[in-house]
Amino acid sequence: MLKQVEGSVAVAEAVALCRPEVVCAYPITPQTHIVEGVGALVKSGALENCEFINVESEFAALSVAIGASAAGARAYTATASQGILFMAEAVYNAAGLGLPIVMTVGNRAIGAPINIWNDHTDAMSVKDAGWIQLFAETNQEAVDLHIQAFRLAEELSCPVMVCMDGFILTHAYERVDVPSQEEVDAFLPPYDPVQVLDPADPYSIGAMVGPDAFTEVRYLAHDKQLQALQLIPEIASVFKDVFGRESGGLLHAYRTEGAETIVVALGSVNGTIKEVVDAMREDGTAVGSVSICSFRPFPLAELKAALAGARNIVVVEKSLAPGLGGVVASNVRMAMQETPRPVHTVIAGLGGRPITTASIRRVVTAATAGDLPDVHFLDLDEAVVAQEIARAKATRRSGPAAENILKHLASAKSTDNAGALS
Amino acid sequence: MTEESALQRVKFYQTGTHTVGNRLMDDAARSVQASMDRSNAITSGHRACQGCGEALGARYALDTAMQAAGGQLVAVNATGCLEVFTTPYPETSWQIPWLHSLFGNAPAVATGVAAAMRRKGRDKVKVVAQGGDGGTTDIGFGCLSGMFERNDDVLYICYDNEAYMNTGVQRSSATPPAARTATTPALGDAPGNVFGTGKNMPLIAMAHNIPYVATASVADLHDLEAKVTRAMSVSGSRYIHIMVPCPLGWGSAPCDTIRIARLAVACGLFPLFEAEQGEVVRISKIRRPVPVEDYLRPQRRFAHLFKKGHEDKKRLAVIQRMADSNISRFDLLAEGGTS
Repeated sequence: MLKQVEGSVAVAEAVALCRPEVVCAYPITPQTHIVEGVGALVKSGALENCEFINVESEFAALSVAIGASAAGARAYTATASQGILFMAEAVYNAAGLGLPIVMTVGNRAIGAPINIWNDHTDAMSVKDAGWIQLFAETNQEAVDLHIQAFRLAEELSCPVMVCMDGFILTHAYERVDVPSQEEVDAFLPPYDPVQVLDPADPYSIGAMVGPDAFTEVRYLAHDKQLQALQLIPEIASVFKDVFGRESGGLLHAYRTEGAETIVVALGSVNGTIKEVVDAMREDGTAVGSVSICSFRPFPLAELKAALAGARNIVVVEKSLAPGLGGVVASNVRMAMQETPRPVHTVIAGLGGRPITTASIRRVVTAATAGDLPDVHFLDLDEAVVAQEIARAKATRRSGPAAENILKHLASAKSTDNAGALS
Repeated sequence: MTEESALQRVKFYQTGTHTVGNRLMDDAARSVQASMDRSNAITSGHRACQGCGEALGARYALDTAMQAAGGQLVAVNATGCLEVFTTPYPETSWQIPWLHSLFGNAPAVATGVAAAMRRKGRDKVKVVAQGGDGGTTDIGFGCLSGMFERNDDVLYICYDNEAYMNTGVQRSSATPPAARTATTPALGDAPGNVFGTGKNMPLIAMAHNIPYVATASVADLHDLEAKVTRAMSVSGSRYIHIMVPCPLGWGSAPCDTIRIARLAVACGLFPLFEAEQGEVVRISKIRRPVPVEDYLRPQRRFAHLFKKGHEDKKRLAVIQRMADSNISRFDLLAEGGTS
């Protein structure tokens, strides 16, 4: 049913349609509306046979989900940012135990400095935990990915993280087609666990494994991800048959035919990028884009094929690997190692900084002209940074960097205002 | 006559050693462990040290819980000695469905298991969570308090050996004052663990007003079994704190585990009691009180208190005051008992 609805509410409804049996809730911006939404559906009776458990931390939230999943229940939780770090130990544990939990991540920056706005640092911090990581481009895709995620998780017995940009998606009111219960029931069979705590068939889950078998157990986690590379497109295809629209899959290529420069990104920024692609194509520049939906498993072969014709690749990513550059770009380079070409890292949108069409257009133009450095920070205020670096060099006790920058910006602003008044 | 009072009726000193053989009791009062039908929840062949109090306590507790649950039991285990010595891959000692997730999350995992069982229409399946004192009073404290606060239907058992034994005897918040551990060495002017700190987890559990809290000791296995049985007969959050001496960490002889556990009770440092909804309802009286010295002296972790010619009378007196305070607070002395 078409609705004008907040992204979080739409996702809450989608999750409820998947009939989770245990949902653990702990508030953290910008995810909070999702668990509130599920909670309201449980309380109103719209979602039946579901335990909605208010826990005392994100660590507990995922731990409760681990217990529930191991006992055979369909389990769900949602988190973001600091929450994902607080539960990090359990994130690895859920994957290591092979428990098909689905978790929404309302992507948000990680402090310090504390920042509640969107970027992808949280998801990237656990990218190698063994979870499947799917990134939604729109709220419609966020809804659809959750429905696909339960099926994917349970077929593989592997947890799935559905990442949706905080605020940009979670708090945006958009037109979303929320499917009917009948459609979802037809698509998603009941959870049939591969392992379950059952007194009639007792075994130990989570036993200690030494060097004699640890590599093999870890290999199986890798193998699961490789299976997911096959399964994700299959599930997206079945989804299309049932729901009549394309959602999910490994990646989406947009106007890549004949494109000299291709922009690669995760999540909602692809909307902005596509606008730039359209505008630049109209101006006669051969530009295209690729939106990576499945970041784990990483679709090396599919990405290589999608980027085959490009001379320049620009990876716009909302996370930073300090001391290296880009996380996503490093993965993209791995896809291109047999056919090397410039892969530029554009660090963008950190802590919620808007990524504008003008800025994207500027970096694409620079890349096409061969003027873009390997690692570029989009819209970085270089004067402020230079001043702070100089201050830190000049004074041992230069003080907290974040506060210094805020002070500088405030004084610059008041100077501007004074100038405008005079 | 109820089973409870049948237990009270038994005189535990026929043999003169505070023990009682099952042969002296009628069938109803015999221990679960004495039964041919016991479940062997933790079966033989595990790798606990000789004289391990935790292995003994866990075996009695879980076999009793199994009996109370009619075999419908799931155990969740925190990381720690119990987890490690029972499950080196590919061998496991557990004859019941058993789940280990992490060090600090056993209560939350157990909450999840219980919730799933309820939603799966398997309410008959009961859930026990268990951990050592580190997993309970330190790293798992937040999750445990959360579980209590929600009154989730889980029996949590803490096997308290008063330090991080699995990692090589480091101090926990359950380590007693003056005790030597790897991180509170017996050096300097104030050797061993500091005084005036630590957590009393049973009292903290009671402060959550949960339905049932008890302390128990491997020195009194009938009492331990009775408490587990009682805990299993109520729903909601329940907590049993069992003192389990650790020969390795305490520096005591493996053959002395039971004796030392009994002395801990007899000196007043480890009071045995039960509480319901935050109120103490039953206590085990000390029939033959002993000075704390009797308990401390056989343990090398306290050896610095008893150096020849340099006995640390000041600190011994403080520890004795702690025991005396327990004795008066819980009214532990039996009538006619002498200190």
